[in-house]
Amino acid sequence: MPAGFTVDDFYYLLPEILLTGGALLVLVVDILLPRREWAALGMTLFTLTLTGAAVIGFTGVDTTISAGLLAIDGFATFFKTVVIVSALLTVLMSPSYLRVEAVRPGEYYFLILCATLGMLFMASGVDLITLFIGLETMAVSFYILAGYLKPNQRSNEASVKYFLLGAFSLGILLYGMSLLYGETGTTTLAGIAEALAGGERSLTLALALILLVAGMGFKIAAVPFHMWAPDVYEGAPTPVTAYLSVGSKAASFAMILRIFIEGLPGLVADWQVLFWALAAVTMTVGNIAALTQSNIKRMLAYSSIAHAGYILIGVVAATERGVAAAMVYLWVYIFMQLGAFAVVAMLRRKDVIGDELKDLSGLYLRKPLAAVAMLIFMLSLGGIPPTAGFMGKLWLFSAAIESGLVWLAVIFVVNSVISLYYYYRVVVFMWLKDEIAGSEIAVSPAMATALVIAVVGSLLFGVYPQVLFDHAQVAADMFGSAVSSTAALQ
Amino acid sequence: MLEITPLHYSLLSAALFMIGVIGVLVRRNVIIIFMSIELILNAVNINLIALSDRLQDLAGQVFVVFVIAVAAAEAAVGLGIIIAFYRNKETVNIDEIQIMRW
Repeated sequence: MPAGFTVDDFYYLLPEILLTGGALLVLVVDILLPRREWAALGMTLFTLTLTGAAVIGFTGVDTTISAGLLAIDGFATFFKTVVIVSALLTVLMSPSYLRVEAVRPGEYYFLILCATLGMLFMASGVDLITLFIGLETMAVSFYILAGYLKPNQRSNEASVKYFLLGAFSLGILLYGMSLLYGETGTTTLAGIAEALAGGERSLTLALALILLVAGMGFKIAAVPFHMWAPDVYEGAPTPVTAYLSVGSKAASFAMILRIFIEGLPGLVADWQVLFWALAAVTMTVGNIAALTQSNIKRMLAYSSIAHAGYILIGVVAATERGVAAAMVYLWVYIFMQLGAFAVVAMLRRKDVIGDELKDLSGLYLRKPLAAVAMLIFMLSLGGIPPTAGFMGKLWLFSAAIESGLVWLAVIFVVNSVISLYYYYRVVVFMWLKDEIAGSEIAVSPAMATALVIAVVGSLLFGVYPQVLFDHAQVAADMFGSAVSSTAALQ
Repeated sequence: MLEITPLHYSLLSAALFMIGVIGVLVRRNVIIIFMSIELILNAVNINLIALSDRLQDLAGQVFVVFVIAVAAAEAAVGLGIIIAFYRNKETVNIDEIQIMRW
């Protein structure tokens, strides 16, 4: 590790620098150019594409930069790609929604890019300080985005709730980090792992662990820290909800994997128990609560809580295969979840809010292609072959079995079956109910592009998953050392 | 003569943290809840500085500078959000934030 900053650091920070510059340019372009709406949208898409290209350019690199604060490795590159693809899909589904809501798009795109920037740092941070700054960059942007529809009371309410619980969870997380720092004397994850390699335990350490799990549990909306999620998801503008449920979740999982598997492998037996319970309760409560929802955004919120529970299985497994399975699942999850939210955003018209289940009635008669797309997303979320969701679940299941987590695997399968009921209800509404209300549904070209990408993603990785498996495996291999020390302890 | 050691500061910070957490859980006014959250963040700061002194390591103090900066950003955004909310609802009572079920 070099002692200070070097010129190379700026080269490796290229994606982040491009994204920051692009975000600032979006604001400038929004003010200076005529036809602002399209200028801001174009600039945002251009920035994200460029950043994505820069990220992919670092495939295969494995190094630590900025005096050991950031890692540019396969793991970071994988999660950065996840985040940027979901940002792109979110931006594509935004313009028509923003036009109906009659809000200014400039700052909206700026904030989306800022949130993305925070997520990039969460993916590559290997120091508690960097991770926390990334987390906050993302969270503060989302507090504003959730309340972006200022005259709308539901949006206000979502914003206040998200802000209060987000800030509270930050305080808890930081207190956990401060205790951890006190026990180990360092803030770098590698240093923490080294300091705890002896396997010593103390009350403070146990407390730090519980506070860290609780703080991160809030961010991924794991039960019992999920109370904010349904309300925030329902009240926030639909594209923001979509990004919140995918981007923020993926980045938070990257942070969890970093902190616990890279930073605390010495305590694996302790946090495995905590996450085991969290995973089991989260899946079950999420799925059972989703059964009775009549609002699609709320239903998808509970479904996303349940999915967080599924992905936690990969964390509990704490093996290379478990990490790879969590990554595979997050990758396929972005397509199906964002696709479902894109359809909900599409239903928003001048006279229809479009977030009730009954608003889907007769969708097959009005927009058959959109209905088929929604069907694919629901099948994928439910985990029916040949969709990508099935492959993701298969990997999580085999990772659980391989690590001997048989009971967790059983709970997982039972939950997947329960979830089919409410995904199927969406399909029933689209096909079997034919009352049609509200004005004509318009599909803008950007929205259509988002839907096509989401459908292709949901099917492609179900039929041809090998590319994804290989990438995830390579990325998870960086955990090789941490995992082998885990195995030695057990 | 009892000397004040970093441990005492850590105990102070633990007490502040508990006061903050209880404040968040029992108070009904959004502004007061927000103040309690600030209390938690300051508990973190005191703890980090005490530990930094005990460990003779600067990282803890660097951490504090970042926490203060982030807390300031959060305060700006948070108060803005609360004002936007107040303009529509004319209340800052958490019990009346209930268009959607908690």
